[in-house]
Amino acid sequence: MSELTNKEIGEKGCCDIIEIKGLNKWYGDFHALKDIDLNVKEGEIIVVCGPSGSGKSTLIRCVNFLEKFQEGSILVDGTELTDDVKKIRQVRSEVSMVFQHFNLFPHLSIIDNLTLAPIWVHHETKQEAREKALKLLDRVGIKDQAEKYPNQLSGGQQQRVAIARSLCTSPKIMLFDEPTSALDPEMISEVLDVMIELAKEGITMLCVTHEMGFAKKVADRVIFMDEGQVIEQNTPEKFFENPESERLQLFLDQILTQ
Amino acid sequence: MATYSLKETKQPPKSQTKAVLWLKDNLFSSVTNASLTFIALYIIYLLLPPILNWTIFDANFDLTADNDSCGREGACWSFINANFKMFIYGFYPQEELWRVNTMFGIIAALVALGSLLKSSQYRAHFIIGSFLIYPVVAFVLLYGGLGLEIVETDKWGGLTLTVVVAAVGIIASFPLGILFALGRQSEMRVVKFISVVYIEFVRGVPLITILFMASVVLPLFFSAGMDFDKLLRALIGITLFQTAYIAEVIRGGLQAIPKGQYEAADAAGLSFMQKTMLVILPQALKISIPNIVGSFIALFKDTTLLLIIGLFDMLAIVGAATSNSNWLGRDTEGYVFVAMVIWVILYSMSRYSKRLEVRFSTEHK
Repeated sequence: MSELTNKEIGEKGCCDIIEIKGLNKWYGDFHALKDIDLNVKEGEIIVVCGPSGSGKSTLIRCVNFLEKFQEGSILVDGTELTDDVKKIRQVRSEVSMVFQHFNLFPHLSIIDNLTLAPIWVHHETKQEAREKALKLLDRVGIKDQAEKYPNQLSGGQQQRVAIARSLCTSPKIMLFDEPTSALDPEMISEVLDVMIELAKEGITMLCVTHEMGFAKKVADRVIFMDEGQVIEQNTPEKFFENPESERLQLFLDQILTQ
Repeated sequence: MATYSLKETKQPPKSQTKAVLWLKDNLFSSVTNASLTFIALYIIYLLLPPILNWTIFDANFDLTADNDSCGREGACWSFINANFKMFIYGFYPQEELWRVNTMFGIIAALVALGSLLKSSQYRAHFIIGSFLIYPVVAFVLLYGGLGLEIVETDKWGGLTLTVVVAAVGIIASFPLGILFALGRQSEMRVVKFISVVYIEFVRGVPLITILFMASVVLPLFFSAGMDFDKLLRALIGITLFQTAYIAEVIRGGLQAIPKGQYEAADAAGLSFMQKTMLVILPQALKISIPNIVGSFIALFKDTTLLLIIGLFDMLAIVGAATSNSNWLGRDTEGYVFVAMVIWVILYSMSRYSKRLEVRFSTEHK
């Protein structure tokens, strides 16, 4: 595993906003994450890739405690994740997540999907939440659909709504769990464009994706995982041009020659 | 580059005669279908004339006729007219009937007000408020107190009793059913265990048994002075029974909610209560509407079992009315009338559930 210095990563932030130490997770007997150590700096854009079953989704789902882990520690913005419900909610109020299958609330209109957490978790007034939500919808280009319901939109539109929803609470960290994998090919770019815009704004992003173009364009660091371990991490240039391990070499050959 | 032009969208071809085409498609599409159609027509031919003769053509519509002058060829509808008050109010005292009417009147008024407030932001407040306050008002009106003369529950009967029992059963079992459904899903082992035991026990026992337990066995445990109202015991029995069924229906709805909904709610930082009330339950209840209403319809029919523990619901009134020597042998009229009233009520419930489904639908229209 290559150790990166601050200089290589770039001049992003001064402090680690996520500190993962010695993380181990099992599903029953299956060892899903093995001794993961990972520090993420404020404002850093990290892309996590790897074959399916490599534990990449599990890793980022540990960060907002959607997955429990048995060993190790995770510190998010100074709060340690334990079973303490208060701390979990504290972390979740600063960390937003975008899912592969969007997971919008189908019984609520688009605007209500966006304002739910701001009103109930962050105690904003309806008026405030609504104004902010409309601005965000405008930014992702679907302001005119605000009163519709999720099932009335296309997949790409739904995912853009989901991104707007996760931005509504002004999170410090955004987690993306394969945000484009469930989309029709025609709609992938409209979602990636939104994500690229976001990346430019300095929000910390942890992104599981197979979109290598996206990784090359915006990532500060690309992480390769296999069988529950971090095999290799590097700046995108080195990651794609000089992969150190054979395993990564093979993986890159396979996905880049598709 | 190859050029192409988009084709115009056209209307579907028009059929010459719609009625003929409909018949062909739906009633005579195949030999089997055609023969079934003829068999059905024959059955209608056999059944319909006698029914119509009895209810209408041979019936006596003279509402002042007595049992003898009515004749026996067809229905004697003056029986219903003469006993109408008993069918509706049971043995409720004549001079206090206005209280029952007021109770029904207030329901009608509340429903009308509710639909007027359809687009108002206070609609939810209004509905919740009604559900909290109305039962108290209804109880005082029916039972008495606050200056109204007390009417003991053994005088209640007929449609009034049926509606009271069904309404109490429905309104009380709904929130309890939700609690037990959530309890059965709970990660807390004790809560889950209690819920499972309760639901499985009650579902494994017929309603009659529970009513018997409530009316006969329960009093054995109390000393003579502590005996409490028979109707109240029946209400508790019915509510306990209905709760288990509603819980299972709602659990079905809960299980249909994808895991992603829980995760999205968790990830947004919602608390357990918020997640349940704002995200999970609204969806689970929406899916469950047809089954919930189905369960309520079954409950409404089950109220007729009250007759077994000596309460006079509308069905029992038929027996009471025809045991009067003035109206011997008019059971058929009574049962047909009761069947019609209950059918109208239940069919309205079923239509209303259909309307709710459409209203809550957020699918692509």
